[in-house]
Amino acid sequence: MASPLKCDLCSNQATVHLTQIVNHKVHKVDLCESCAQAKGVTDPSGFSLADLLLKASLNPEPSAPSGLNCKQCGYTPDDFKKSGRFGCPQCYETFSNLLEPMLNNMHKGTAHTGKIPERALERKTLHDRLHKLETELDDAIKSERYEDAAKFRDEISQVRDAAGITPTL
Amino acid sequence: MSLTVDSLISSPAELTDNRASNCAVVLMTRIRLARNLANHSFPGRANEAERQEVLEICQGAVLKTRPLKRGLLVAVKELNPLQRQILVERHLISRELSESKSGSAAVINKDRNVSVMINEEDHLRIQVLRNGFQLKKAWTTINNLDSALEKELDYAFSAELGYLTACPTNLGTGLRASAMMHLPALVIAGQMEKVVRAVNQLGMVVRGLFGEGSDASGSIFQISNQTTLGESEKDIVNRLQSVLESIVEHELNARAKLLEDEPAKLPDKVGRAFGILSHGHVISSSEAMNLLSLVRLGVDVGYFPESHRVTIDRLFIEAQPGHILFGSGKAELKSDERDRLRADGLRSEFAKFSTPGYQSPGLN
Repeated sequence: MASPLKCDLCSNQATVHLTQIVNHKVHKVDLCESCAQAKGVTDPSGFSLADLLLKASLNPEPSAPSGLNCKQCGYTPDDFKKSGRFGCPQCYETFSNLLEPMLNNMHKGTAHTGKIPERALERKTLHDRLHKLETELDDAIKSERYEDAAKFRDEISQVRDAAGITPTL
Repeated sequence: MSLTVDSLISSPAELTDNRASNCAVVLMTRIRLARNLANHSFPGRANEAERQEVLEICQGAVLKTRPLKRGLLVAVKELNPLQRQILVERHLISRELSESKSGSAAVINKDRNVSVMINEEDHLRIQVLRNGFQLKKAWTTINNLDSALEKELDYAFSAELGYLTACPTNLGTGLRASAMMHLPALVIAGQMEKVVRAVNQLGMVVRGLFGEGSDASGSIFQISNQTTLGESEKDIVNRLQSVLESIVEHELNARAKLLEDEPAKLPDKVGRAFGILSHGHVISSSEAMNLLSLVRLGVDVGYFPESHRVTIDRLFIEAQPGHILFGSGKAELKSDERDRLRADGLRSEFAKFSTPGYQSPGLN
């Protein structure tokens, strides 16, 4: 062989060659022995080709600008590159450019069609609404619009009932 | 009576209590869901204070749910290495959790078939185990538990991407469903590679039971879904169900063919395995797995009474290194001491077995 295959993760000669078919697409990974060991390829219980593909596909320069940090947890594209994991839920928005091209290879589709945490979402909607009403109530009191204030107060108690929150006043 | 780690590990596990299994080829079914709290860093990123905060929020919610109200809460850092190893061998906690930093815990129910790991790779890993082939029942149980938790917890969820997980490979449903399958005839017939390839093409993954080499010891394989996004939970479960059903059919066909084409091969293998288990004095764990696997196949084809299968399934777990050490009552064992103790235990168990009857083997 004129030029031996190089490891996808470092530049050593690749001696471990993996092929797996995910969603009718053929994925090939070439690794040197130490990377194969490090990634757990030799340990079938802990090995996931999907994980590895994710890291390998990250290895060429990430498409997101390198200065991009997650506002919530401070994660950088480099951190993601190294661990293959995100830092917090917010990272999914921060690094959406990085993630999108990967999802196609990784999953059957790119949109969630399964279970929805309905109670949690309902609760969140009510809490957001409550928060907004409380701000409006404060504003109304400050600017002495007492008729509006009374209206907001009624609405607040209705939303509290719906959310099952007892007034803390 | 309060549940303690020692009472938990000295009682038989769900997998080992496999009475009247509806399908002998499937040893155990398992489903797990990965869930995270909104507005908190994932455990790998969180500092100690945040991990602690997440632990408190989650354990409070978990201990309120019906299946885990009387469950045992174990903080990983309070477990000794042996207890950790045993819980891993029982599939009650993952290897990753057993090696994790402070702030990690698991809540395990009395029947040892529901467990919730806190601060593993994700804030919550909810798991339901069922003996035999009970994928749909396991889904119903875990779905209800998840809905109960959601009453208390604000999950990280995106309308487009579903449940948000630390690793994007779990994104969407966060669901991994798997079955432990006993496929000795497919291994003997050299067809496993073909099966693995076919299963991969259907988007499912094949792994060994305890990760001891891809030629899974004991011919036990774990088959699970590979992808979690783009398909509903029901679709994933149904698709896996039909893949598993067809593997069961192939295994049963391979057994029938083996008995027909080489009538002496199987009785010979089973008989030799029975001989070593009954009379051996040094047996490693992977040898034990392979021998037990053959005797289990012997039960399936009628050489031994059906009732012996429960014993073998229990021994699959009890022959693991952690369980041998636990049984010895010692703090440490060299591997040759362990192999002798394992053989001693197996000899006394197999002394109680009936003599194999090889006459006209019938399937099932």
